[in-house]
Amino acid sequence: MIQTRKFMALAGSIACLTATFALAQTPIKIGFMTTLSGQAGTLGQDQYDGFMLAVEQNDGKLGGVPVQILKEDDQFKPDVATQIVQKLIEKENVPIITGIAGSNVMMAVYKPITEKQVFLIGSNAGPSPIAGAQCSPYFFAASWQNDGYAEVMGKYAADKGYKKIVMIAPNYQAGKDALTGFKRFYKGDVADEIYTPLNQPDFSAEISQIAAAKPDAVYAFFPGSLGVNFVRQYQQAGLLKTLPLLTSGVVDSTTLPALKETALGVIGGQFWGPDTDNPVSKSFVDAFEKKYNRIPSNFAAQGYDSALLLDAAIAKVKGNVGDKKAFEAALKAGTTKSVRGTLKFNNNHFPINDWYVFAVANDAKGRVSLKTVAMPLKDHKDAYFAQCTMQ
Amino acid sequence: MSWPLFFAQLLNGFQLGVLLFLLSAGLTLVLGIMNFVNLAHGSLYMMGAYFAAATFGATGSFLAAAVVAIPATLLLGLFLERLVLARLYARDHLYQVLATFGLILIMNEVVRGVWGQAPIFMNVPDALSSTVNLFGLPYPSYRFAIIVVGLLVGAALYLVIHRTRVGMLIRAGASDAPMVAALGVNIKLVNAMVFGVGAGLAGVAGLVAAPILSVQPGMGEPILILTLVVIVTGGVGSIRGAFYGALIVGIVDTIGRAFLPTLLREIFERSVAQAAGPAIASMLIYLLMATVLAVRPQGLFPVKHG
Repeated sequence: MIQTRKFMALAGSIACLTATFALAQTPIKIGFMTTLSGQAGTLGQDQYDGFMLAVEQNDGKLGGVPVQILKEDDQFKPDVATQIVQKLIEKENVPIITGIAGSNVMMAVYKPITEKQVFLIGSNAGPSPIAGAQCSPYFFAASWQNDGYAEVMGKYAADKGYKKIVMIAPNYQAGKDALTGFKRFYKGDVADEIYTPLNQPDFSAEISQIAAAKPDAVYAFFPGSLGVNFVRQYQQAGLLKTLPLLTSGVVDSTTLPALKETALGVIGGQFWGPDTDNPVSKSFVDAFEKKYNRIPSNFAAQGYDSALLLDAAIAKVKGNVGDKKAFEAALKAGTTKSVRGTLKFNNNHFPINDWYVFAVANDAKGRVSLKTVAMPLKDHKDAYFAQCTMQ
Repeated sequence: MSWPLFFAQLLNGFQLGVLLFLLSAGLTLVLGIMNFVNLAHGSLYMMGAYFAAATFGATGSFLAAAVVAIPATLLLGLFLERLVLARLYARDHLYQVLATFGLILIMNEVVRGVWGQAPIFMNVPDALSSTVNLFGLPYPSYRFAIIVVGLLVGAALYLVIHRTRVGMLIRAGASDAPMVAALGVNIKLVNAMVFGVGAGLAGVAGLVAAPILSVQPGMGEPILILTLVVIVTGGVGSIRGAFYGALIVGIVDTIGRAFLPTLLREIFERSVAQAAGPAIASMLIYLLMATVLAVRPQGLFPVKHG
């Protein structure tokens, strides 16, 4: 009897040993959760394709360690996302989750993930609370704080000397944030602020109102298909020729295929564009176009940058992501291999970005794309980092 | 408020109304004559837009898009009617709602599979790409064209329904379908025809909307709600009701959106007005519908019986 027990104990310890041995060999599991269906699906698909491009370029490894990517569709629904996160953490035991397209989803899963001390690498959504008071050592944004693309437009409008602006956005939080971000840098006269219902597809009434107000320029925030509608109708009203249209979230590689030449001349702001001039960005654009046969959007670039960041940080801790302090420090160091040149983080774990202004124009291959026209904000820090108590 | 702006907004409302009329004309007949609840009408509109945009993408011609999209949507409507809907005429409304809701989901997935999730491109015809000067305000000529098309369709429907034998049967069917059937009329054929024409009109709506609105999966649902508001306001089963109802809804919605926030700003603080204005404006048509339902449950322009 005692013999048997001893044997069992021995067998048990051997099993434990092999288990630890096997653990070193098993890949690091990374949960990739974003919106892959519905209206925001194109955006999430680009995030995912960009991320996977980097993984494939590294032969399925990040930082020299094999990775297993668990792809999940949150359907843009916070409740669905919460369940997925629970599954990823409790059942799959992932040490890292990345992706997250929507700010609504981000706000729902941010606490459940970071409180479990799982690292969250956001590759799109960057709502203001998590850049400010709710900042966490376990969260890193490989994207940008939500206000950035509005702030750069505001600065551009101020630089251009526009005196009178009409602003228009859908009547919800992101719309109001965009107009606030714009006004942080634009101090001129706002002739009108128009808010439209989020589900309103036709802007004829608002466009007539804009034309009647006769401003120097128009600032519009309309994500996704709303932007397609607005730009088309603005162009059809003949205003694009006479009244500069500054936008956030309107023109990118997910909407331009539906707009084509009707959008020529529209101005947009981003931290990155297909013609951003650095070696990493150029090789990324070439590889992405070759693999997916379309121009990458900034969302794809963010996905790619998330993978590059993980690549650098995992290499630095030699694959031991279980050492949380060391892994946090490795992530915080950023990376010199990024589509933005260098990815460096502020105290709140949001990047310090250069912000560009783009005009919709034909590229060298004659396709409708984005062309850099200015860089109003250099090494820009978001407006919330001072509220974050992390150093 | 300037008069040119008011006039431009009136035209905007008129144009939205005309688009809604194209959709509600078909749907109101299906509801009124066949007593059938067809939630998939918005999906037919979406299919029309997709047929148009796909043809436009292949040929670059708006005319070709029109020639393909309208008959294709009509045929699709007939096909669905024979395959699915005809089996449900005798059933309870709940079955019809379930089946047609299923059709919405299926058609959304089909277009997503074929054309992808992202909106696809369609432009206005070159001849209508300019603007017209409306007392100093530019107004897109394409929107004028939509108004003209809608009025022509309205006139044609009026003539068919009030001046032809088929129209007489349709009107009779709207009043008392069993009696019409008892008189030996092939009500099945009338039903299929009405459904087909309704689908064709949804195709027209999809075609004219495709260059203005983004053509993408699910584009039919928001407009379906407006269409139902039109039908309830105008009176179920009445083409006249659909026409005036659509114009009223279109104009109330547009004028409300355009002027209510400005109006509120005169009374309240700027921030309050900005928050409340769009919210109240988007409720206006539903308030209108609720009022109509309370005061005249049969609608503003119901079918005349007897």
